[in-house]
Amino acid sequence: MTDHDDRFVDREEDSRRAELTAAGVAGEISEQERQQPTALQRVQRVLHRYPALGPLFVLLAMLVAFSFMSERFLQPFNMSLIIQQVTVVGTLAIGQTIIILTAGIDLSVGAITVFVSVVMAKLSADYGVPGIAALFVGFTFGTACGLLNGLLITRLRLPPFIVTLGTLSIFFALNLYVSASTTIRGRDMDPILTALAGAGGTIELPVINTPIPFASLGMLVLYAIMAYVLRYTAWGRHIYATGDDPEATRLTGIKVDRVLVSVYAVAGFIYGMGAWFLLGRIGAASPQVGTTYNLDTITAVVIGGTSLFGGRGVVVGTLIGAVIVGMARNGLSLAGFDPLWQDFTIGVLVIVAVTLDQWIRRVSA
Amino acid sequence: MTVAMTGDIPTPVLQAKRLVKSYGRVVALDGANLELYPGEVLAVIGDNGAGKSTLIKCFSGAVIPDEGEIYIDGELVRLHSPGDSMAAGIETVYQTLAVCPALDIGTNLFLGRERRKPGILGSVFRMLDLGGMREAARKEMSELGLLTIQDMTQAVETLSGGQRQGVAVARAAAFGQRVVIMDEPTAALGVKESSKVLQLIRDVRDRGIPVILISHNMPHVFDVSDRIHIHRLGRRVAVVTPGSHSMADAVAIMTGALESQQTEEEMSRPSPSQTGLEAVGHVRSGSMTSTQAQAPGP
Repeated sequence: MTDHDDRFVDREEDSRRAELTAAGVAGEISEQERQQPTALQRVQRVLHRYPALGPLFVLLAMLVAFSFMSERFLQPFNMSLIIQQVTVVGTLAIGQTIIILTAGIDLSVGAITVFVSVVMAKLSADYGVPGIAALFVGFTFGTACGLLNGLLITRLRLPPFIVTLGTLSIFFALNLYVSASTTIRGRDMDPILTALAGAGGTIELPVINTPIPFASLGMLVLYAIMAYVLRYTAWGRHIYATGDDPEATRLTGIKVDRVLVSVYAVAGFIYGMGAWFLLGRIGAASPQVGTTYNLDTITAVVIGGTSLFGGRGVVVGTLIGAVIVGMARNGLSLAGFDPLWQDFTIGVLVIVAVTLDQWIRRVSA
Repeated sequence: MTVAMTGDIPTPVLQAKRLVKSYGRVVALDGANLELYPGEVLAVIGDNGAGKSTLIKCFSGAVIPDEGEIYIDGELVRLHSPGDSMAAGIETVYQTLAVCPALDIGTNLFLGRERRKPGILGSVFRMLDLGGMREAARKEMSELGLLTIQDMTQAVETLSGGQRQGVAVARAAAFGQRVVIMDEPTAALGVKESSKVLQLIRDVRDRGIPVILISHNMPHVFDVSDRIHIHRLGRRVAVVTPGSHSMADAVAIMTGALESQQTEEEMSRPSPSQTGLEAVGHVRSGSMTSTQAQAPGP
């Protein structure tokens, strides 16, 4: 070995030692940081992991507050009333949730739902189609409307906001055309179309002896199914992945466009279910209802802790979000507040929820 | 290495012939060739914008070349999507990592090839074997020695940069059946983690799976690779070995300061002793790099 070589080795060793020291120091620092998260950071982590926890806390707080403000609030009959009132929006919000999880949005929820309810009712009342068949056509039609949204978004590469803003108007106009802007009465249709709520459409819950509509149970079953699908199936995981990082998802071999199209189609099917529940709830098919469903479903999803930026959230949160909205309206009204404070409160909740989401998303190592 | 024969060149595991890809007026690949032989680590180096990433994305299915052919084990293939490449056994660690930050480690590792539970739960109810996947993920991660993390349900965004890279590398190493491609796998890593990734690259090769390594880090490239493919202006300009050329030579060829005289035929030859290099100014013996570390002996 020459001197030159020795010196070279020394220098190499020195620099290696320096690097190791630096790495060691960096390691210690990060170790320390990891060991001592502040209380706030700990809260942030927990909320990051369990997105429904925040909404659940709000729900419980409201439950306590309103039960002090009104004696009637906590009674089983009133609770059942709240559930009934949130049934249609709650059901539609399941579809909105899976769409928002892909970082999309659906402004055509209300238009599709009402259109489907009109189609079902008209087939039965005006064309004598058997009730079951009318339902089947309605579900298929809802799925097709969602599919159209999905295809426009993936094929034309248009933002979901724009596509569904367009189809909102298109479906609503067609809906008015098909129905000739007239309401179809419930007694003109096959009874099965209106069987899920209203008179005769309820089931008496044991223990608390309170009637609850089949439609509300149907909503809960749909929530349970969707919660399972999102958590335990590959399709569910792919929905999250697509909303979280579409390019990374594509690179893992997942056909992102296929996921998107299927999500909008499934959402359309759920709107079809919602349309059936709607027929039972109002006992008629009116082309004019449902104008608030778009914002109501988005509100439920957002208050339920699902991120509008996609990839984060759970469907149970949306159920809680929908109930929070229903409970706020009901509780404030029972407590004697002017109805304008209901909207005010919900507005505040939405802003708080989104602010919280922004903060939770900044969690890092 | 000792047998210098010319007639018995093995079939490349992966081969690109005259790949062309342009984005508008920018030509990213201009007739690029590449051969990857069984059991080797092939480094691909080149200046920024030389077209390295585009080249490897053609292999991973993320980019479809305008012209040219890709062969796997001598057979012409068409890789039109990342899924096609993965089905062919090619795994890629992208520079961007391509992990989903909000999803947990286990989910990320198995994303796109989830395992279902056995029996009716899996077949009818499509239920995923979350526990099993998590267990497999933990095993893979600890085998790599890349992570000290035990909790596979942790979201990737709560990990440090090095740990995230570990997740991406683990995924490729776990599923790579035929070829593993790594685009700057040590870019975000510290010294300790880098050396683990380099060891991992050797391990993958020793398992019989050839590796393509794209890196700007010359010490890493010279440390781990068997051959070094130098890319310049959208095409291969030279193939050198750590034994035949110094880092300075490689960089000089890379930047165009040194003109390589190699023919395409010479560049496509497999093993180091057969490359018949023209530029022999700085030939060092291959073993010298490894003896340097032990040099201060008696």
